[in-house]
Amino acid sequence: MLRRLIDTRMGLFLAVLFVVTVAVPVGNLVMAGQPVPSYVVALLGKYMTYALLAVALDLVWGYCGILSLGHGAFFALGGYAMGMHLMREIGTRGVYGDPVLPDFMVFLNWEELPWFWLGFDSFWFAMAMVMLVPGALAFVFGWFAFRSRVTGVYLSIITQAMTYALMLAFFRNEMGFGGNNGLTDFKDILGYDLQADQTRAGLFVAAAIALAAGLLVARYITTSKLGKVLVAVRDAESRTRFLGYRVEGFKLFVFVVSAMMAGIAGAIYTPLVGIINPGEFSPANSIEIVIWVALGGRGTLVGAAIGAIIVALSRTLLTSWFPELWLFVLGGMFILVTLVLPHGVLGAVEQGLRKFRRRRPLVEN
Amino acid sequence: MTSQLYLSGVSKSFDGFKAINNLSLVIDKGELRAVIGPNGAGKTTMMDIITGKTKPDGGEVFWNEKVDLTRLDEADTARLGVGRKFQKPTVIETLSVADNIELALKADRGVLANLLARKTPAQSAEIDRLLELVRLTDERARPAADLSHGQKQWLEIGMLLAQDPELLLVDEPAAGMTDAETMRTADLLRDIAGERSVIVVEHDMHFVQALNCKVTVLHQGHVLAEGSLAHVSADPQVVEVYLGR
Repeated sequence: MLRRLIDTRMGLFLAVLFVVTVAVPVGNLVMAGQPVPSYVVALLGKYMTYALLAVALDLVWGYCGILSLGHGAFFALGGYAMGMHLMREIGTRGVYGDPVLPDFMVFLNWEELPWFWLGFDSFWFAMAMVMLVPGALAFVFGWFAFRSRVTGVYLSIITQAMTYALMLAFFRNEMGFGGNNGLTDFKDILGYDLQADQTRAGLFVAAAIALAAGLLVARYITTSKLGKVLVAVRDAESRTRFLGYRVEGFKLFVFVVSAMMAGIAGAIYTPLVGIINPGEFSPANSIEIVIWVALGGRGTLVGAAIGAIIVALSRTLLTSWFPELWLFVLGGMFILVTLVLPHGVLGAVEQGLRKFRRRRPLVEN
Repeated sequence: MTSQLYLSGVSKSFDGFKAINNLSLVIDKGELRAVIGPNGAGKTTMMDIITGKTKPDGGEVFWNEKVDLTRLDEADTARLGVGRKFQKPTVIETLSVADNIELALKADRGVLANLLARKTPAQSAEIDRLLELVRLTDERARPAADLSHGQKQWLEIGMLLAQDPELLLVDEPAAGMTDAETMRTADLLRDIAGERSVIVVEHDMHFVQALNCKVTVLHQGHVLAEGSLAHVSADPQVVEVYLGR
């Protein structure tokens, strides 16, 4: 089983991930002079959540051919579910000191907590919602879309519309999610101060573990017989139907799993950056995820994670050096990869390494 | 003798064009039947209706004299025992040749069953046997995309057999094959028939002759003539619309 899940590329990636996960907190908390500054810990943690989001998209796009341009929505919903819990944790420490209502509700003169905020005072309830809410949305959306055999560019467009509609909805104060400002001013998580270095390091480690777990779950799925069915759906959907596979069921399964994974990524992202707002639903965010996956190497899982980290790192560096150039660089990267590296950065590196060996299938079996 | 497939008065039009017009056809269990006809005669639409891909506007389509095929979709009919080979060879290009066969093997088609599925020794043996039969043993680990056109045709036939269907719908199997391969395909289809029912749509008259079976001539969506190849070849109407051109 372990050998099935961990091939060379997965093994290498997990080994590097493990070293970083140990080294960063040690450098931040233990070593004298703090060689790893605290903001770097939060930044790297954020990259990990992006990497997990990229793996989630690669699972549906790379293996099953579902080009979702709305995966940011599942990420944001997970983030909001966590944010709601963190808001409830603030308690009387808010500006208005209301023991139950978050500040923005007091500001809007709301009398009581809306029903959909009930239960979020419990961490475990919130954790369940982190997966269930994106999962349920993916299920309902997928149920209708896949049954009606909406595929290709039409499906991409309606996923885009889905995230856009959610963004507009979450911008409204009446929705009860803090409108424009979103949810912020969090104080602590499970009793630990969110401003403390230890908590930040803990969240960083949580992000790394979630990434590793996400990779292994995705790998388990893609190396199973179901994974082969997914590839069959991607490459020859009609053939797969004539073999007796009910294609919509397979698509629905992988879409829901992927949405849950994206939700978990969002839930770790929120406490790391300290805010979740409707901007996370913006269509441009979802499109960027596609760029991560394409850049890293579609259909490789590990490549998607690497792509997310490369883009996020470049953004951090470039927006501080040449802020006005960033979008051109992002667009340029995408064009370059599409034209020159059809299998992404990972594909190009591996192809270079095995130049003298016999050609192998792109998807390993 | 019970019928495998029974079509009666089936019609289907697309935007006013009658692709199938009052078509009636009976295939006996174990029968090998060749269907010929000029382009646009409705051969592909007929297969689409049998497999549940297209719903007819009217008429009856029955399987084993009891199951109404017009209520089913492609996955249903496949599970029932209809195997279809497309005109253009359709295999899963990025998967290996052996994996293509594995996916086609008769097994539980459910989502969870596939997530947890393990290849049994019996399945491995069956994959080996089928690869041997379609002469692709040496190519088993290569991606199907690497195969030649003729090899892809064979792989698809192998996948069809792996499904263990009761009825095979085979659309122009000889296209792109060499003469020797064509004859071997005809032999194989004759071998299959008897145990299973086979409908072959074909343009190549040498191939139809080699099949040595009852022939149905389709024209403008209905049956023009039926009988042995010699019989239909002698039919003046057939000569006029099809063979004479």
